[in-house]
Amino acid sequence: MSAEGVNKMRRRLLVAATSVVGAVGTGYALVPFVASMNPSARARAAGAPVEADVSKLEPGALLRVKWRGKPIWVVHRTPEMIAALASNDPKLVDPKSEVDHQPPYCQNPTRSIKPEYLVAIGICTHLGCSPTYRPEFGTEDLGADWKGGFHCPCHGSRFDLAARVFKNVPAPTNLYIPKHTYLNATTILIGEDRGGAA
Amino acid sequence: MSAEKNANASWIDKRFPLTETWKAHLAEYYAPKNLNFWSFFGSLAILTLVIQIVTGIWLAMNYKPDAALAFASVEYIMRDVDWGWLIRYMHSTGASMFFIVIYLHMFRALLWGSYRKPRELLWILGVVIYLAMMATAFFGYLLPWGQMSYWGAQVIVNLFAAVPVVGDDLSVWVRGDYVISDVTLNRFFAFHFLLPFVLAALVFIHIVALHHVGSNNPDGIEIKDGPKGNRWSDKAPADGIPFHPYYTVKDLMGVVVFLAFFSWVMFYAPTMGGIFLEAPNFQPANPMLTPPHIAPVWYFTPYYAMLRAVPPLWGSQFPGVVVMFGAILIFFVLPWLDRSPVKSIRYKGPIFKVALAIFAVSFVVLAWLGMQPASDLSTLLSQIFTVLYFAFFLLMPIYSSLDKTKPVPERVTA
Repeated sequence: MSAEGVNKMRRRLLVAATSVVGAVGTGYALVPFVASMNPSARARAAGAPVEADVSKLEPGALLRVKWRGKPIWVVHRTPEMIAALASNDPKLVDPKSEVDHQPPYCQNPTRSIKPEYLVAIGICTHLGCSPTYRPEFGTEDLGADWKGGFHCPCHGSRFDLAARVFKNVPAPTNLYIPKHTYLNATTILIGEDRGGAA
Repeated sequence: MSAEKNANASWIDKRFPLTETWKAHLAEYYAPKNLNFWSFFGSLAILTLVIQIVTGIWLAMNYKPDAALAFASVEYIMRDVDWGWLIRYMHSTGASMFFIVIYLHMFRALLWGSYRKPRELLWILGVVIYLAMMATAFFGYLLPWGQMSYWGAQVIVNLFAAVPVVGDDLSVWVRGDYVISDVTLNRFFAFHFLLPFVLAALVFIHIVALHHVGSNNPDGIEIKDGPKGNRWSDKAPADGIPFHPYYTVKDLMGVVVFLAFFSWVMFYAPTMGGIFLEAPNFQPANPMLTPPHIAPVWYFTPYYAMLRAVPPLWGSQFPGVVVMFGAILIFFVLPWLDRSPVKSIRYKGPIFKVALAIFAVSFVVLAWLGMQPASDLSTLLSQIFTVLYFAFFLLMPIYSSLDKTKPVPERVTA
């Protein structure tokens, strides 16, 4: 083949155009591979709301239910526990729950619909461990002024009994409160409220 | 016989460069004559990779990547499959041995200045291999589906969630679910099966790069720049000897010692007191209950300690994640941080020696801290040693040019 009479501009344009079209085609071909790694229809459907029966939950006890594969805590707080919550306020990062980690109806001092029942997602906001329930007041490892709460075994984060995070721990924010609603006095529907599903 | 063999060889050689490859990479690859035991770890790393691939494929014949079956299938391999216990312990011990060998291989590069010109790309390829190895190990650790598998993966995948803006979607995409689940296990198995072959390809490229620039040696002297002519060739470096048989035999010695240690661990201490196989991993994964203390396997703990050392800033965990990955990625720029006129520790001055010692101690101490439960003291110590770790790299341009070096001889020393 002779190099004479070659229209270099046209050749360059054709090479560039072919490359661009090829790159776009490759990009489209990647879509199914990337998208197939997203949650499947079955995984999405498994996110349906669950019910928790609290009629047999003793005061001070914790009930774990599974929703979307995550542990949801339901704590039956005693009057002493509720009364002690306010005393934690100065030691908390976000005592007034200003970060949007709860439905609007739980943005209150107890972060709940009914003060005696705390419903929270039991996943540490640091790196996703499930903190341990430590309801006792004044412990050796957590200090004499410990008013009950949750202690994350992984990295030492601490939360009070309204799932609010203490200062100077790895977790940056309060635990999440899922959408929930009372179906009757002792049955809680988790993952959905009057406004719709989470 | 000989003529017949030559005829066969020539038939192949006309179609594939067999003899040429054998000569270029073994019989006529001239390595410096002064290599010591530190040079064992390259070939030991290849051996370990082969052990991991072979045992891994045999484990895959009986393993089930299904959240309902995975844990029991590992127990089945341990109890019911003939010799299954041995193959599994070879694989689990091999994983830790691989990292021991690689850490020593990397430390040798620091001692000999093997990351310096003309080996920058060789070093970078090595760091890529190290990253691929860590990814392989991470995917593999989920497969037994024990408590530590589950919660370890939970913590690591949540590192992606700390990325601003896209973090949550990214972590859901990695898991394929809202939590670590059967879907995650299934895909991690696929990646764990794939990556070792990527690793093998990277190792091949690493060796091509090595044989192009030539092996370094304890003196850090380029034998290619020295006089020519040895017993085997007039053109080869005078200080080079053929890799085969000289270093194949020498490396075999290393293999014998290494396999003796490997076997001791495998037969007498497969869990290594909870360091190689962690106790909570003998319980099936339970998404509802985090074990009282979780820590990754020992080879990740230095970085884990750094992650824990950084407090959240601006309401985000992201800075800790950046520090943790930064600690690994900083290896990439090492060739350009060292301004010393000499390569090897032998001719470097006291400042570099002390800096390297502090770095090595920091790495070990961070590894130990990463295994301990979080406390105020361990966090403070982690912060101190994280700073020392980074200081080794970030201050290197300054201290390596200030350092008083010794004169480098013309030829390698005996």
